[in-house]
Amino acid sequence: MTCFRLLAALGAGLLTMIGLPTSAATPTLTVYTYASFVSDWGPGPLIEPAFEAHCGCDLKFVGVEDGAALLGRLKLEGSRSSADVILGLDTSLVTEAQQTGLLEPHDLNLGAIDFALSWSDPVFIPYDFGYFGFVYDSEKLANPPTSLRALVNQPQGPRIIIQDPRTSTPGLGLLLWVRKIFGDNDMSAWAALSPRIVTVTKGWSEAYGLFLEGEAPMVLSYTTSPAYHRHVEQTDQYRVAMFEEGHYQQVEVAARLAHSAQPELAKDFLRFLLSDEVQAILPTSNWMLPAVHTEQALPEAFRDDELPRTSLSFEPSEVSTERRHWIKRWLTTLAR
Amino acid sequence: MNPAFNTPRRFGLWPGLIVALLLAVLIVGTLTAVGSASRPFSVAVTLFDPYFLQVVQFTVWQATLSTLISVILAIPVARAYARRPAFIGRGILITLMGLPVVMPVIVAVFGIVAVYGRSGLLNTVLKPAGLTLPLEIYGLTGILLAHTFFNLPLAVRLILPAWDQVTAENWRTASTLGMSSGQLFRFVEWPAISAFLPGVVVIVFLLCFTSFAVVLTLGGGPSATTIEVAIYQALRFEFDPGQAAILALTQLVLCVCSALLLIRWLRVLTPTPGRRNDPAIRPDTAARSGKLLDFSAILVCSVFVFAPIAALVLSGLRGPLVSVILDIGLWQAAARSLGIAVTATSLAGVMAFGLATTARFLTLERRKHQAKELMLLIGSMTLAFPPMVIGTGLFLIALRIDLVGSITLLMIATVNAVMVLPYLLRSISPGLISSGQQYQKLCAQLGLRGWQRFRRVDWPMIRRPAAFALALGGALSFGDMGVAALFDTTGHITLPVMLYHRMSAYRFDEAAVTALVLALMCVALFWLVDRGLSR
Repeated sequence: MTCFRLLAALGAGLLTMIGLPTSAATPTLTVYTYASFVSDWGPGPLIEPAFEAHCGCDLKFVGVEDGAALLGRLKLEGSRSSADVILGLDTSLVTEAQQTGLLEPHDLNLGAIDFALSWSDPVFIPYDFGYFGFVYDSEKLANPPTSLRALVNQPQGPRIIIQDPRTSTPGLGLLLWVRKIFGDNDMSAWAALSPRIVTVTKGWSEAYGLFLEGEAPMVLSYTTSPAYHRHVEQTDQYRVAMFEEGHYQQVEVAARLAHSAQPELAKDFLRFLLSDEVQAILPTSNWMLPAVHTEQALPEAFRDDELPRTSLSFEPSEVSTERRHWIKRWLTTLAR
Repeated sequence: MNPAFNTPRRFGLWPGLIVALLLAVLIVGTLTAVGSASRPFSVAVTLFDPYFLQVVQFTVWQATLSTLISVILAIPVARAYARRPAFIGRGILITLMGLPVVMPVIVAVFGIVAVYGRSGLLNTVLKPAGLTLPLEIYGLTGILLAHTFFNLPLAVRLILPAWDQVTAENWRTASTLGMSSGQLFRFVEWPAISAFLPGVVVIVFLLCFTSFAVVLTLGGGPSATTIEVAIYQALRFEFDPGQAAILALTQLVLCVCSALLLIRWLRVLTPTPGRRNDPAIRPDTAARSGKLLDFSAILVCSVFVFAPIAALVLSGLRGPLVSVILDIGLWQAAARSLGIAVTATSLAGVMAFGLATTARFLTLERRKHQAKELMLLIGSMTLAFPPMVIGTGLFLIALRIDLVGSITLLMIATVNAVMVLPYLLRSISPGLISSGQQYQKLCAQLGLRGWQRFRRVDWPMIRRPAAFALALGGALSFGDMGVAALFDTTGHITLPVMLYHRMSAYRFDEAAVTALVLALMCVALFWLVDRGLSR
């Protein structure tokens, strides 16, 4: 009897495996993005009906693990890709994305758009941005360091949890940030900081989870993280340490693919990303800052004193050529 | 000649060979697909880089230590459970022992940290007493702690069926000879255990060797890195599939060599054939010192294993329980995970049975023990091959034949099947071989073969370990996150992916509830399969 039941279960399992392809009467626009963008808590489910309402098309999001995996997926698929738009690459990946030759200039006249960041690129459109920052627990840390130099140079300073630049975007961001501030002395800065690094995690979730468990008073995250806690959890316990030197900027961009069968729809979508409607969705779903100044003010949870006065960044091309080398130096310094 | 005598010969080699061939095709195929998707690469630069050599060294070192600790500690615990077959709560404790290894790693790590971390339970208790924890969790200690947490209970469960293999005659003889507890262990129990040990050691070693998220999260820094991390980096961040393929191959070769060494070093004794009986008749159960020893072994192991789990349950109960449980998406995701688990485990079950049948044929008919070990090794080696590489390879192949969208879940199930195969194989092969040793002639005389033989002779012998392994495999693929995250799961996410999405969206409290639900479902699945099949 047990065997029959098992066989029946197996059959049922197999049936659920085989997804049936859906036929499309209306044109479909396929957008590749990272998984958390389209998760139930991300902006995807809000953007989809909004765009479909005015395009008369079917917007299909395909979510891949993260930004790096997104680029990897694009490279894997090459010209076979069914993507019309790729959304969610960040500044450190754009050069490599462009080198694939799979992307097409956006061809949009963006002159009238009041960007909140300086950006001009014929291919990529920025839809939101943020800054890396150290978030701290104000109940455990009364006086957080006020500059990156202070964080590095205080042997008795707070212990921190960071992410690995080999596997995570914030991790790479910190590597670039330290490089920006300390230049060629960046490795001595890392050596000075290293005794206070509790651990280096694979991704943001592990690090932030450990921080919330209380494993360290400070964690590498985004300057907008406290806004989440204020907006959703109504607590001011978690704050970001604002650094005098400025914060390293991360810009998230979208582009359209050259071989897309829906070039006009793709353009419409890119423009739609910059509309007030989408820009107002992003802060409280993607927890990033809108790329465009809109009529509507940011939600109260986003505080002005958490906006860096100086924005730091490298040219994407420089990141692309130097990244491997810099990561290697970081490895040898920290692995000692 | 009586045709019945031909049965094992006709049935002998091909099931295992076919499975081995399939596995080879899968590994070589995916490796080729991944390798050929890359630009020219320099092998030497990767492999002889000083940092990479350090990584290899560390990988082998931590895996060896983790395996030794887990397996050596597992023996007294398993013995305690075997010696006390009827105390209250034994069944539940044993069922729950399967839990750590099937939990998504990130969840387990949070549990471990909640107990042993800097602001964990242990430190909170010790601090008022003026003590701080002497051990620093981040570093090799944390890695060993976590690996022991995953693998000690697994090893206990994998070794436990060894006592079923001890014959009633052996206990009686030992009793007549007035053997002490120590002598019993050495002369009666050890031969039975040693038949299981190579399998357990290989599985635990491979699990620790390829450990990734644990090592990165608790390792404290890049000095604690495994080859698997390098593969992930090459494949996902650098997008250098060629390098990933080379690294995967290196890992495979290193694992095969280490596993062969381990097996050679472990002397396998063949248990004596005879009638199996209830271990309750063993002569050393009454001694008070033995009782004390057994119950402290069980208690210490239970506290060690269940404290982090209890921490997870508590943090789950503190979360928004109702809203998460009432979410229909949760149940859809759970159903999808279940579909994957059932498919993966069934596939793996068929493959494991094929390999084990041939391994039995090789031992009993051909007297080729080396070939048998090789057969079992082939089935275990999939643990040494990164699921990420298999997944990416399958994806590339599916892409070429334009099937990506429609077979995503099937691909996830295939990768999972290959990943759980070793557990199944290692669990059922000792029983199957021993059933052959006892009943081969009888079956031949009675003309029992095929399904009838399986049902009447083999299945009763392997039922309990097979039930455990199937349950484990099911729960493992149910809780798997690594493979599912590889593919596009938009619109059809699995439960572990949902958990991860919640974390990426700051919803750590909801994630804690999801983790609780996931753990409960794993336990339920485990309990159902384990109990359903073993009775």
